[in-house]
Amino acid sequence: MSVLVLAETDANGIVPQSRNAVTAALAIDSDVHMLVTGSDCSSHAEAASKIAGVSKVLKADDAAYSNGLAENVANLVKNVAASYSHVLVGATSFGKNVMPRASALLDVQQISEITDVIDADTFVRPIYAGNALATVKSSDAIKLITVRATAFDAAASEGGSASVEDVASAGDTGLSVFNGRELTKSERPELTQAGIIVSGGRGMGSGENFAILEELADKLGAAVGASRAAVDAGFVPNDYQVGQTGKVVAPELYIAVGISGAIQHLAGMKDSKVIVAINKDEEAPIFSVADYGLVGDLFKSVPELTSEIETRKSAS
Amino acid sequence: MKVLVPVKRVIDYNVKIRVKPDGSGVETQNVKMSMNPFDEISIEEAVRMKEAGVAEEVIAVSIGPQQAQETIRTALAMGADRGILVKTDANLEPLAVAKCLKALADKEQPQLIIVGKQAIDDDSNQTGQMTAALLGWAQATFASVVKVDGGNAQVTREVDGGLETITVTLPAVVTSDLRLNEPRYASLPNIMKAKKKPIDETSPADLGVDETPRLEVLTVAEPPKREGGAKVEDVAQLVDKLMNEAKVI
Repeated sequence: MSVLVLAETDANGIVPQSRNAVTAALAIDSDVHMLVTGSDCSSHAEAASKIAGVSKVLKADDAAYSNGLAENVANLVKNVAASYSHVLVGATSFGKNVMPRASALLDVQQISEITDVIDADTFVRPIYAGNALATVKSSDAIKLITVRATAFDAAASEGGSASVEDVASAGDTGLSVFNGRELTKSERPELTQAGIIVSGGRGMGSGENFAILEELADKLGAAVGASRAAVDAGFVPNDYQVGQTGKVVAPELYIAVGISGAIQHLAGMKDSKVIVAINKDEEAPIFSVADYGLVGDLFKSVPELTSEIETRKSAS
Repeated sequence: MKVLVPVKRVIDYNVKIRVKPDGSGVETQNVKMSMNPFDEISIEEAVRMKEAGVAEEVIAVSIGPQQAQETIRTALAMGADRGILVKTDANLEPLAVAKCLKALADKEQPQLIIVGKQAIDDDSNQTGQMTAALLGWAQATFASVVKVDGGNAQVTREVDGGLETITVTLPAVVTSDLRLNEPRYASLPNIMKAKKKPIDETSPADLGVDETPRLEVLTVAEPPKREGGAKVEDVAQLVDKLMNEAKVI
């Protein structure tokens, strides 16, 4: 049987995490379909049809899906799921909201945030903030799964030529109404997609002080993130948070500034390729995972780092 | 309005997890246990609703072994009115937990169930959404602000790109995120008072819920260890290493 991937869309099209989920789906079966939902979503369906590895696109075009309300999307997933062995979605705030609801409607025990596919029934998932990895085997007839994007490469956005088929809407439950969205505006790359991330913690002292991290980030073309402590203190918005309950990231380079390295923060970034830590406390746990630790005053080191990079780059 | 709040007994968030050598799970013997931090936030929110006159009664529910009663006592000390222990020695999966909560909701008829967005042990992030599905109720997940107004609740949600606001029809399930509130510490007089508050006992079987797990845990292993700990002398050396050794900038 085929595997279905539930696509997530935003103003820019299909989110990259949906393509990570396609790669996970292809590890289960070679016949992967994609379900695209939305209002006037033909262009999204067309984008889905070009994703490498997707052989068929199901399009559910209805105003009920325009803002991804879980009640409506879960009912649709329930209707469509019967023809599939697995339904996957990226473990984003959309996927985590919709998929468990669909699972309960289907009487299925969802498998959350898989990081590896062993076989069609068996998957690896982190538990205890990534301090243990559980290998679990599902006995459910249909498997509903959320996929941790950092564990799978994204399928190419071009190269496929899937057919597009309309599916009937499951309608609007009327249980909830979307009022609005306040998205953080930034010219910088999105945290989960960035190759380099500069993150600040409680040691930054204030939101204004994040300016020195932003300068460094802009020099490197990096995204700016934060620890939970910095978000809780109100220095930066919630969507900056990297950690067990925030975003999980795995960039090429992660620069942790003024972050002590609580377990729940490490859970969100320890799979980064190279980790740099700058902290005045040489006993800070962050140093135990850092490839390059610099003990010192961040208010001196960070501007110095920015200018040093500038000098070296202009020299090369 | 009645508010139902499930509270889970988990390994304390400060404890360093040890994977059992035989790969059967993590060590839970002689380990400090506490209420799941997100459930503390849920209790706090419910108690504040009661203090504001929005809610009349707050019921704390825990599903687990006899010791889960201690977690309920903590909730009662924070201000919940009574408790229900769904006693089981099995490790129930989120779907079975949601079925227990549905059965209790059918009986108690709360207008609101506030669930922690995830438990810090299995990190599933499923129970609230599943409970809403089984009840056919609206769901407002990852909440950072909840305003109850008559038959509706307006909820601000923490989503990947920022914040989102929705209005849900009550009864509904809300799942709490970190910024919803800062939970109080129970005062000594309230801890004493909590000892006199009633806790009913039931079981999954009494509630008609099958405990059989759907997922078989084959192994639990330690993640690959990261080799860190190297230090650099100064910023110049750091840049040098990043450019020439790691080649990441």
